[in-house]
Amino acid sequence: MSDIFLNAVLTLDASVRVCIPLIFASMAGLFAERSGVVDIGLEGKLLMSAFIAASAAAVFGSPWIGLLAGIFASSVLAMVHGFASITYKGNQIVSGVAINILAAGLTMILSLAWFKKAGITPTLKNDQRFLSIDFPGLELIDHIPVLGVIYRELISGHNILVYLAFAIVPMVWWVVYRTRFGLRLRAVGENPKAVDTAGISVESLRYKALLIGGILCGIGGVYLATAYNAQFVKDMTAGSGFIALAALIFGKWHPYKVLAACFLFAFLDAISIRLQGIIIPGVGEIPVQLIEATPYILTIILLAGFIGKAVPPKASAQPYIKEL
Amino acid sequence: MAESNIAIELINVDKHFGAVHANDKVNLSVQSGTIHGIVGENGAGKSTLMSILYGFYQADSGQIKVFNKDFRAISSKQSIEAGIGMVHQHFMLVDNFTVLENVILGSEGGALISESLSKARIELTRLAKEYGLEVELDVPVESLSVGMQQRVEILKGLYKGAKVLILDEPTGVLTPQESDELFRIFEALKNQGVTIILITHKLREIMSITDHVSVMRAGKMVAHRETSKTNPEELAELMIGRKVLLNIQKSKANTGKPVLVAKNLEIDNEQGLKRVSDVSFEAHSGEILGIAGVTGNGQGTLLKALAGILPISNGSIEIMGETITSKNSLNPEQLRNLGVAHVPEDRQRMGMIAEFIASETALLGYHNDKSINQGIWLKRALVKANCESIMQAFDVRPINPNLMSSNFSGGNQQKLILAREFERDPDVLIIGQPTRGVDIGAIEFIRKRIIDMRDAGKAIILISVELEEIMSLSDRIVVMCDGQITGTVNGEDADEATLGMMMANALQSENELKGAKL
Repeated sequence: MSDIFLNAVLTLDASVRVCIPLIFASMAGLFAERSGVVDIGLEGKLLMSAFIAASAAAVFGSPWIGLLAGIFASSVLAMVHGFASITYKGNQIVSGVAINILAAGLTMILSLAWFKKAGITPTLKNDQRFLSIDFPGLELIDHIPVLGVIYRELISGHNILVYLAFAIVPMVWWVVYRTRFGLRLRAVGENPKAVDTAGISVESLRYKALLIGGILCGIGGVYLATAYNAQFVKDMTAGSGFIALAALIFGKWHPYKVLAACFLFAFLDAISIRLQGIIIPGVGEIPVQLIEATPYILTIILLAGFIGKAVPPKASAQPYIKEL
Repeated sequence: MAESNIAIELINVDKHFGAVHANDKVNLSVQSGTIHGIVGENGAGKSTLMSILYGFYQADSGQIKVFNKDFRAISSKQSIEAGIGMVHQHFMLVDNFTVLENVILGSEGGALISESLSKARIELTRLAKEYGLEVELDVPVESLSVGMQQRVEILKGLYKGAKVLILDEPTGVLTPQESDELFRIFEALKNQGVTIILITHKLREIMSITDHVSVMRAGKMVAHRETSKTNPEELAELMIGRKVLLNIQKSKANTGKPVLVAKNLEIDNEQGLKRVSDVSFEAHSGEILGIAGVTGNGQGTLLKALAGILPISNGSIEIMGETITSKNSLNPEQLRNLGVAHVPEDRQRMGMIAEFIASETALLGYHNDKSINQGIWLKRALVKANCESIMQAFDVRPINPNLMSSNFSGGNQQKLILAREFERDPDVLIIGQPTRGVDIGAIEFIRKRIIDMRDAGKAIILISVELEEIMSLSDRIVVMCDGQITGTVNGEDADEATLGMMMANALQSENELKGAKL
C-alpha cells in the first residue's frame, strides 16, 4: 500500500519537474496570443535560451549569469518575431517556424564553434546549476506518515525556478485581469482597432507582450539546461514548446486553466515513462507512443468541439493594418 | 450659443492614399452646439475626413482648429484629449468585454483597473440619466443589440469628455424605431452644448435633424447649406453632380400567374432555432413582392430557404413546377438550373469572394455551366469575355475582369453580383438588400434594373431593411415580425406608419378587424 502511495507521489513529483518548462512557455504564449500574435516559435526560444544559458553558465561559472543570458537570447528571438510580424506585418506562423528552424541550426553551429562539439555544451558542475532547496523542518515532518512523504518529495526539494514557475501563474492572472496593461492586452488581441481608436498604440502593446513572453520563455529554457539537466543537448526541448502551445489552447488562454493543462500533459509524460513495459491485465501493454501523443490528441478533440470550445482571441494571427 | 462660436475648423485639408485623392483641399467649419451633417456618396471622402479629425489618419497638408486652437493629431489620443469623440460605422468595441471595460479602455486612470471601473460606473450612471442613454453595464457587449452597442460607443465618447461627437453612418444598422431613439439622444446632447457631426448618405436624416449640411463629392467639399434653406433634391444633385430621380417611376404591374407558392413554411436557421413559422405567400410573374421587417425577424432565414441554402422543416414551396418540402429539398445549384436566381443579403460573405478577381466572382454558382467548361478546364478567356460584357451591361466600373473583387466599391460589387444573376435571364429573382451600402447613383441604376426585370415578366421577391426601398419598388408588400407574416399591403396603399406598426406587430388585433382594407 505504502509502496503504491510512494510511487504515486514520485510520479507527481516527476510531473512537477516536467511541468516547469511547459508553464513558462505557455505563460509566454499566453501573453503573445492574448495580444493577437500567434507564437509558434516557443519551441525555438526554449531551445535557444537553454543553449545560451548552459554555455554562459559553463563559461562564467554561475547559473545566474546563465539565467540572464538565456532570458536575453529568448527575448532577442521574440523581438525578431515582433519585427517580422508586427512592424513588417508578416505571417506570424511563418515567422515562428523560422525561429524554430533558426534556433535548431544556431545551437548546433554555435556549440561546434564554441565547444568543438556539435549540439552539446560542457557538463555543468553543481555550482553552475540551480540546485534543489530543502525546506526547513524536513527532519521533523519526515516522520509523519503521508504528510512527510508529500512534504519531502513534492513540496520541498525543488530548485528556485520551480517555485518561480508556480508563483508566476497567479501573477500572470493578476496582470491580465486586474491591471491596465492586462485590459489593453486582452483588448488588442480581440479588436486592435478598438485599441487604436482609444488612442493606444497597437504596435507597442504587442511588442511589450512579446517581450514578456521572451523573458518567460527564456526562464523555461534556462530551467531545462541548468536545473532539470546539467548541460545542453541537441533538441533537448523535445517538443515542449509545442506541448505548451497545446496546453494554451487546452486551457483556453486562461492562466489557471493553462496551468492545469500543463500539469495534465506533464503527468501523462511522467506516467508514460513509468508504464513502459508494464502489462495491464485485460489491456496488455500500452504503447508509450500513444501516451506521449495524448496531449496532441486531447487538443485536437478540444478543437473539434467535443470538450467545450476553444475560442482564440479574435485578432489572433492577424497583423494590424490601419484602415477603415 | 453664439453664432461665432466655432467648434471645428478645417482649412485646406488634403489627403492622398496612393493614387487616390481622398480629400482635396477640404474646408469645413462646424458651429459649436449644432448638429452638422456631412453628406456624400460612398467613397466621397467623408469617412476619411472625419478619421483625420479623429487622429486615425494624418492629413498630408492643411490646418485644423478645434475650439479655435491649432490642432495636430498623430493618434486618436490627441483627438480624445481635445474633446473629440467618434462613433465609427463599424463599432470599435471589444466584443467579449463588458460595457464598463469597453468604456474605460484607453482612459483607465491608474495602472490598476478596479478603481477606474468603480469611477466609470458612477459617471456612466450619471450620463445615462442625463441623456437617456441607459445601458446594462456588466454584460459583455456582444450580448447587446446593435442599437445598445451604439449607445456604448456614444457613452465611450462622453465618458472621455467629448465636446464634439462624430457619428459615421449611425443609422445604417438601426431599425426605424432605434433611429428615432438615436435622434432623440442627439437633441438631448445638443441641448447640453455637445456638437454633433453626422456623416450619412440618407438625405431624410439630414433634413429632419441637422442644422447645417456640407456636401462632399469625389474628395471635394462642394457646398455648405443651412438645412432649412435646402431640400433633398438639391442635396442629391450636389452629391452626384447631376439630377437624380429619388422616386423611381414605374408603371402598373402586369401581374401573371403565380410561379412561387409558399405554404405554411417553417424554417430553422443555421443554429437550429425556429425563425420562420407558418408563412404562406404567392409570388406572381411580372410583380415585385416586397418583404419588409426589422432585421432579424425571419426574413433572412426565409430568403436562404427560398434560395436552397437552408432546408425547410415544415410546409412546402412550389417553384417552377417543382415542390420543395422538408423531405425533398433542392440545393442552390438545382434551383439555379430551374431558373431561380438569388442575390444574397450579405454580398461580402455570400455574394462574392473578396480575394477572387472580378471574372471569378462573376461565375460563382455557375461554374459548372457547360458553356464555360471543357473537360476539367475552365475556358478562362471566355469567362473573362463574359465578365467584361456583363460589366458593360451593368455599368460596373472599372471594366476590368482581372481586378480583385475587394478593390471595387460597394456599389460596383453589388452591380457585378446583380449582373451575374440578372444576365442568366432567370424566371424568379430572390433579392436581399439590393442597395445596402450602395451610393445614390448606383441605387437609382439598380432599382431601375429591378423594375426592368419585372416588366420583362419575372417574379421578384425583394427583401430590404430600407422601408423606403420596399415602398418605392414593391407591387405588393408582406410584413414579417417574429417569423410570421403580420400583414399584407398593396404597394400603392403602403405608408410608413402602417408598415412600421405591422413590423412591430402592433396591428395584430386591428388587423383582424380591417384586414381587407389593408
